[in-house]
Amino acid sequence: MQIIIKNVNLINPQQKLNKKTDLLIESGIIIRIGDIDISGYSDAEVYDFNGKYCAPGFYDMHVHLREPGREDKETVISGCNAAAAGGFTGVAAMPNTTPAADNAETIRFVKEKAQNHLVDVDPVGAVTMERKGESLAPMLELSEAGAVAFSDDGTAVKSAGILRKAMEYTKMINGVILEHCEEESLAGGAMNESEVSTHLGLPSIPTIAEDLIVNRDIILAEYLDSRIHISHISSKNAVDMVRQAKKKGIKVTAEVAPHHFSLTDESVKGYDTNYKMNPPLRQQKDLDAMIEGLKDGTIDCIASDHAPHTIEEKEVEFIYAPNGIIGLETQLGLVLTELYHKKHLSLEQIVEKLSINPRKVLGLKVPIIKEGELANLSIFDADAEWTVDIKKFKSRSINSPYGGKKLKGKPVAVINKAKMFTNGEMKSI
Amino acid sequence: MPLTTKHLLGLEGVTREDIQLILDTATTFREVLERPIKKVPTLKGKTVVNLFFENSTRTRISFELAQKRLSADTVNFSASQSSTKKGETLKDTVRNIEAMKVDMIVVRHESAGVPNFLTQISKANIINAGDGAHEHPTQGLLDMYSIREKYGKLEGLKVCIVGDITHSRVALSNIYGLKTMGAKVSVCGPASMIPWDIEKLGVKVFSRIDDAIAENDVLNVLRIQLERKAGASIPSIREYHNFFGITRERLEKHSKKPLILHPGPINRGVELSSEVADGPYQVILDQVTNGVAVRMAVLYLLGTMN
Repeated sequence: MQIIIKNVNLINPQQKLNKKTDLLIESGIIIRIGDIDISGYSDAEVYDFNGKYCAPGFYDMHVHLREPGREDKETVISGCNAAAAGGFTGVAAMPNTTPAADNAETIRFVKEKAQNHLVDVDPVGAVTMERKGESLAPMLELSEAGAVAFSDDGTAVKSAGILRKAMEYTKMINGVILEHCEEESLAGGAMNESEVSTHLGLPSIPTIAEDLIVNRDIILAEYLDSRIHISHISSKNAVDMVRQAKKKGIKVTAEVAPHHFSLTDESVKGYDTNYKMNPPLRQQKDLDAMIEGLKDGTIDCIASDHAPHTIEEKEVEFIYAPNGIIGLETQLGLVLTELYHKKHLSLEQIVEKLSINPRKVLGLKVPIIKEGELANLSIFDADAEWTVDIKKFKSRSINSPYGGKKLKGKPVAVINKAKMFTNGEMKSI
Repeated sequence: MPLTTKHLLGLEGVTREDIQLILDTATTFREVLERPIKKVPTLKGKTVVNLFFENSTRTRISFELAQKRLSADTVNFSASQSSTKKGETLKDTVRNIEAMKVDMIVVRHESAGVPNFLTQISKANIINAGDGAHEHPTQGLLDMYSIREKYGKLEGLKVCIVGDITHSRVALSNIYGLKTMGAKVSVCGPASMIPWDIEKLGVKVFSRIDDAIAENDVLNVLRIQLERKAGASIPSIREYHNFFGITRERLEKHSKKPLILHPGPINRGVELSSEVADGPYQVILDQVTNGVAVRMAVLYLLGTMN
């Protein structure tokens, strides 16, 4: 099948590409880039995407697909549908499933579930068995089965001792550990520690819980000359530490979630559990530091930390509610609204943080827009205004604080693996 | 003049006029409590549920007596006998109770924000009887009533809350209520028991009890909750008593003695010595009596709004 995309702005900083042109895609392969006269292709499906942008497919390196174990919250397929609807062609699936992805069987299971879907699913393996921080998971075997990185996400790797072993071990395969940075003895609160937590009488998690582990991990990465990736960074001090570490040449990378550059802990007033996540929403100074970090390159990637939970789990007392919100279907809109339209990042920088850098951190091939290459593309309208409607989510869950929010910029279509998703429908091309 | 609020979730944001109205109404009910027959027909036909998800004897009894003295029909629900242990959610529990046609819900819960949550799932008037370390507004009101009874005013008084402020629900209600009424509020306790950025609420912090005694008209002394999280915040009860306990010797060093309040139950020999707990400067049992009158006032004002 042939697809012709007319008048789209191709954008890929890695190829220094930013031009308006046409694309011919046949059986999922880019056949031609340049002016195309549609009269010569009577069988082709033609999409006029005039004024819209086409980037190498966006990749969300931090999602919880919940399968196996909590298919009531999300499945690999429903999560992939949410990713496609949100403008993403690939996701990395976190290992805190039941059972945890500390075995090759679970890694293969997740990959197999997604094999016929448009969205690439790359499982992340656990660092330690059952993510308990006591003994190493078989990371070489997990890698062989398809794990692209390792994480005990939900908690930090429990001790410096075991993390050291894990960092040494994964160096053999140039692997990377994605670290949820939170010092256990300061954890357990329901929101950020600030005058707002004092005001609300809620148990709190201080930013130093994050800072201490970021610091620990950077010191280990330097000592061992190993890689470390800071997941969902949220504190100003942590951003400062990553910036300093990068200056010293330490192999540290970082990602931030859209809620940490768009909301503060003021939102917790009202006790809506859709504002409860971990790391928690921080203060304005931290939010500003996220944007600064994104601008100067300290923060490499943007990832949603898509964390589906059922209505009945979230509609409870604040301290009992589980942490996390879904984010795949609001992420691109938030990035464009909060970062592009507020003139913090250019579209090129956004493509780097949503497509190129996440794949580089995970050691994946970055798609390029070139004749003869597989079409792995995200097409988006940077200016379309829309209102988030949680009822329209493809995700199986609706735990989002952004329902009713007006956003500027939205996904239009994604193409990958000879499939296309647009206007709410998936088809083979 | 009715209250401007349908619920009493906390004292934060409650207007001076509303607090004044509750305290003045409580004065009337305080007189009722001195009568041989301590009952008025004000809330006849109204149904109130006391929804206690956390153990509480005195607050629940105080509310229940207040309801009975207003002739309301009252039902008690406590977590130990409840369906929450069987896996029912709070939302379902509250909807079930509401389906039985209740007018008011008095709720206590270990999670901050639960009274707020109840206003979203129920049409009843909600009264917060303590939510986590957030607020306990009727305690704040009865404390203010007791102070006003003694000093004849609240405006300009210096009140210090002493103890484990971090885990207290009484502290915030006192801070918000007293500040609205024009008092100067401070806290005193071990630094490990003072919540983050409390100064931003406009509160002074004392770290020496002698300074707190010297500079205040009222000390509202909190119970050190031995059964709760206090354990990790201080080295020992002995050390707490030695450095923060209020004793006769400490009070006698100062010519002007502050009024001593305590929300009860007292740990004698910990936050207060027995001599002080039974001594001339305290109004602890008056607080208990006033508590019934204040709760009658709140129930009456909210229950007769419509």
